[in-house]
Amino acid sequence: MQWRYAKDWCASVSIRSSLILVNLIAFIIVFVLFMKAEPILRIQSLGHLLFSSSWHPLKGQFGFLSFIVGTLEVTAIAMVLSIPVSLLSAIYLSEYAHKYFKGLVRLMLDILAGIPSVIYGLCGVIAIVPFVHSLGGFFGNPTTGYSLLAGGIILAIMVTPVIISVSMEVLAAIPDEARTSSLALGTTRWETVRYVVLKGSLRGIIAAIVLGFSRAFGETIAVLMVVGNVAKIPTSLFDPAYPLPALIANNYGEMMSIPLYDSALLFAALVLLVLVGAFGLVANITLSRLTKKGYYFS
Amino acid sequence: MEETIFKGLMIASLTLVLTALAGMILIMLIKGAPALTLSMIMETPRGGYYLGKEGGIANAIVGSLYLSFGASIIAFLLSLPMAFALQKDYSGRQFARFTRLVLDVLWGVPSIVYGAFGFVVMVYFGIRASLLGGIIVLTLLMLPIMVRSMDEVIRMIPAELKEVSIALGATKLETTFAVIFRQGLPGIVTAVLLAFGRGIGDAASILFTAGYTDYIPRSLYDPVASLPLAVFFQIGTPIPEVQGRAYASALILLFIVLIVCVASRLLARRFSRKIIR
Repeated sequence: MQWRYAKDWCASVSIRSSLILVNLIAFIIVFVLFMKAEPILRIQSLGHLLFSSSWHPLKGQFGFLSFIVGTLEVTAIAMVLSIPVSLLSAIYLSEYAHKYFKGLVRLMLDILAGIPSVIYGLCGVIAIVPFVHSLGGFFGNPTTGYSLLAGGIILAIMVTPVIISVSMEVLAAIPDEARTSSLALGTTRWETVRYVVLKGSLRGIIAAIVLGFSRAFGETIAVLMVVGNVAKIPTSLFDPAYPLPALIANNYGEMMSIPLYDSALLFAALVLLVLVGAFGLVANITLSRLTKKGYYFS
Repeated sequence: MEETIFKGLMIASLTLVLTALAGMILIMLIKGAPALTLSMIMETPRGGYYLGKEGGIANAIVGSLYLSFGASIIAFLLSLPMAFALQKDYSGRQFARFTRLVLDVLWGVPSIVYGAFGFVVMVYFGIRASLLGGIIVLTLLMLPIMVRSMDEVIRMIPAELKEVSIALGATKLETTFAVIFRQGLPGIVTAVLLAFGRGIGDAASILFTAGYTDYIPRSLYDPVASLPLAVFFQIGTPIPEVQGRAYASALILLFIVLIVCVASRLLARRFSRKIIR
């Protein structure tokens, strides 16, 4: 008889300590990256690393500006393309669509969100790059097609399902009473959506966008395949760019042979982690307050 | 008037999103199907394969399965107690809430960061790019996905069921396995398959940690090929035959991911028959 209680006690202890393990893993990841990035921080100031654009690893010059600008611009293009489309779709699905249609689209969004990024990249190489190439020719901007715009379009397609599903959750958290009482006052469907539903869920929708943004920010392979990877600050949409994740992925092979190179690349990884972590933290706290449950990337 | 315009815009955007999905699958089918032969699936690369000669990508298919099955099993064993631990029965609300937040942030961390972290750790312990390294990194990637998805389902189990079990004299552990595990089974299956699908498609994290090879690995310390990297490397060559194989490899990968997605829905439906609501 006592044996059962002993077993229960042991299990309780180990189950509880497993949570400590999770937090420990998170801490170790941050700590290890920081320790590895520390040598370069000791030699060059943070401001110089982040705001200088001279990238000459062989001469020991590590300025990340062109990579940071590249990342921000690709992400910004993706967000500009994706936000209106995703929000309009989410509003339609949650406020107007029939239940069965909604379920069907949800399945499709799940599939879209589950497609590996390398396949997005491949489709980008096959379809988007030639499209951008001819678009560049049309606007008198000769380009190979491997450009900021191509990266932005691919990223937009990738983050759209994320923003749509999170926004749908946020819209669903608005109580039905709010809608019915607004309709009972004689407003139209659209007026209810605009003045009641959207107004109430504004913060959640912003959080959904932030979540999409941070997802796009760290995307590696798909962007790497279409963005051109030239370490220069791009001046037009049709110029190639070189985002941070692509930099890490492309240069890992040779990083051990040049002094401080590994430290510089791990500094880049740390920057990614800190930025994405900060965005994720803000968005998740907002969403968990709004929808009364913890939230997550889908 | 305004409503009509916006409704039109909404339907247009939704159509755009669905067209993107259909377009991608169509592109993959058109480009990949011609290069997809039996020898692609059954054979490993032979001499001159990357110049367009004979062979297949069995090494990558088997490698990907090794990596994702290995990582899924370890991640499952770790995440099951973690998901239980997040519930009220085992830990305080504040700590559970904090850990959920940590897990959500970890879920969003780019896989390239996991790859970089894994690489550093492997260098430190003197492990070369290998099946073992790939499995460790993929486990890290899958863990937050599994724990949080399981947790969301387990939280929804009515408290009365647990109370009944406790009132009958069962210990917490017995309640956990006899009631919570049974009730949460559909969600647990979905969580595992979701993480599996995410893991098998991820390229950035195993780029430096798993390596690439033309052979099927014999031990944990051998480097291992994988489907996403097979796509990535083959599309980078200028030879059309090899590029065709990249499309075919991508089609195989897409097929696996779709099967996993459908299977998770079917299994979840099957297991939820035995649930008390």
